[in-house]
Amino acid sequence: MRTLSGLALFAASLAGSASARDFPADPLNSPMWDYRATRLFGADPVRFDPRVKIIVPVIAEDQHRFPVAVDARGIEGVRRILIFADLNPIPLAVDYRPVGAQPYIETRIKLDQRTPVRGAVQIASGEWLVSGIWVDAAGGGCSAPPLSRVRGDWADRLGEMRGGAWSIQGKSDAARLRVSFRHPMDTGLVENTASYYIDHLSVRNARGMELATLEMQAAISEDPSITVLPNASAGERLILAGRDTGGRTYAAIVTVESGAIIPPGGGSQ
Amino acid sequence: MLGALALAPVAAAIPAYGQKPFIYALKPERIADQIWVVRGDDAPIAMANGGAIANIGIIGTAEGAVLFDSGPSLRYGDALQSLATELTGKQVVRVYVSHLHPDHGFGLGAFPASVTTALPETIREIERDSPGFSDGMYRLLGDWMRGTEVKTPAQPLTPGVEVIGGRRLRTIALSGHSGADLCVVDDTSGVLFPGDLVFHNRAPATPEADFSKWRASLDALIGLSPVITVPGHGPVDSTGTAAIRQTRDWLEWLETSIGDAILRGLDMVEAGNMPIPDRFAGMAAARYELQRSISHFYPRMEAALLPRIDVSESATQ
Ligand SMILES: [Zn+2]
Repeated sequence: MRTLSGLALFAASLAGSASARDFPADPLNSPMWDYRATRLFGADPVRFDPRVKIIVPVIAEDQHRFPVAVDARGIEGVRRILIFADLNPIPLAVDYRPVGAQPYIETRIKLDQRTPVRGAVQIASGEWLVSGIWVDAAGGGCSAPPLSRVRGDWADRLGEMRGGAWSIQGKSDAARLRVSFRHPMDTGLVENTASYYIDHLSVRNARGMELATLEMQAAISEDPSITVLPNASAGERLILAGRDTGGRTYAAIVTVESGAIIPPGGGSQ
Repeated sequence: MLGALALAPVAAAIPAYGQKPFIYALKPERIADQIWVVRGDDAPIAMANGGAIANIGIIGTAEGAVLFDSGPSLRYGDALQSLATELTGKQVVRVYVSHLHPDHGFGLGAFPASVTTALPETIREIERDSPGFSDGMYRLLGDWMRGTEVKTPAQPLTPGVEVIGGRRLRTIALSGHSGADLCVVDDTSGVLFPGDLVFHNRAPATPEADFSKWRASLDALIGLSPVITVPGHGPVDSTGTAAIRQTRDWLEWLETSIGDAILRGLDMVEAGNMPIPDRFAGMAAARYELQRSISHFYPRMEAALLPRIDVSESATQ
């Protein structure tokens, strides 16, 4: 928390002087908006757009593992999707490129305090479309040790991956892929534990075509879980390749099952 | 026999406490001879209700007042003590704490330690979890919590029969909502206090739940054939078992639906927005508790239900 308030002060002083450009006024009135926007979007154009749907539970029951979905399927030409929380010491959770996938991602993030949680979508023109929501959370999501570190068994199941892929009803070339890892996702903010997290995951099909690329940060919860919607048909094999900051690699193969019962995003209506 | 009395509130037995901030205006409902319930707000813990969301029982005996649970804060415990003394004309001689959750046990500081009791496992759980609960309650409730300290029930309770001032109270140790859930039956009236094993027209909360133990406990409660059941949350059930069956129905639906959502490939956000069946339409806080339950169970059940997919790197070349 000390890190954070120091950062907030720094940001405030920065916002007062060195704002190189004007970002649109933040509908959430976040104290960190200009600072985060400068870091994440640089000189790219930015606007707020409600078509970037950010879907979260009504309550942050577990600040170590808060599910966030960003659904940009109402937007053409999505190149990247970011999920970030302004007031987290590690703001960015994931930078997702749905190169051969529908623009939707769900993951679970850590929350360090009450904060805006945002989705930002970059379209072909380079412009960023942003939306967000304030989420109330108790402290400690980033600065508390992962449970597996507390228990001491973090290494026992490292590398274990679970998941599945289901074809999306009514769409012959769309699937939903769910994958979870056993990994402590250490933030480096807990005493005596260096940061250690899965920072890269890619999904390709059996022909070697890249479908989805994710750059991840330790703001993603312990035992990370990811849902994406790659373009793949029933029976196709999806090949997953991941890497963590310690250089360990992760590999998995998932075959798309036919006959998913739900339409795309059907549970979120 | 007691049906006619059930749910008939005693009008104006207690002077209004007024609307001053941070004063709990406790309104007792008389549900049987010398038994009152102070109803909680059927909502999440919030500034608007001061955390007073659990139902509290007051039983008058010749020896003194017996309380089932103590409320969310010292201020509440103080108000409860005044109310119990006023209703029964006697001091509080026993406070049962049903389980570890703060909306039930954080009023303990208002009572002498010697009268407070809980199951040994509850005492262990309170010692383990209350500091964390306390942080959360102060954060949510601010001044409502003033003076509230973490108190552990002093007397470990051996389940059986306690006769207090001529009143025969059966204490039963069950579990499932938490690691230890104390239930009390007043043998004279057939009133059952099941704590948070039973919710009524208010969706059950599951932060410490064990589905199979909880179901077994509910079956055991139905077997007691209670005349009136005072759920931990929600209106008093004058049929005796409707609330128990409703809680069982919800839990069964919940466990099945979470497993089903995982096997259909839904993520947590989507599962939290799944449709809730019409028969639960009258349940307060249903979406809220569904999403909390998904937070509690989803990762664990995913690990059990979704298959391993990792392979050696060479297998993907
Ligand atoms: Zn409870």
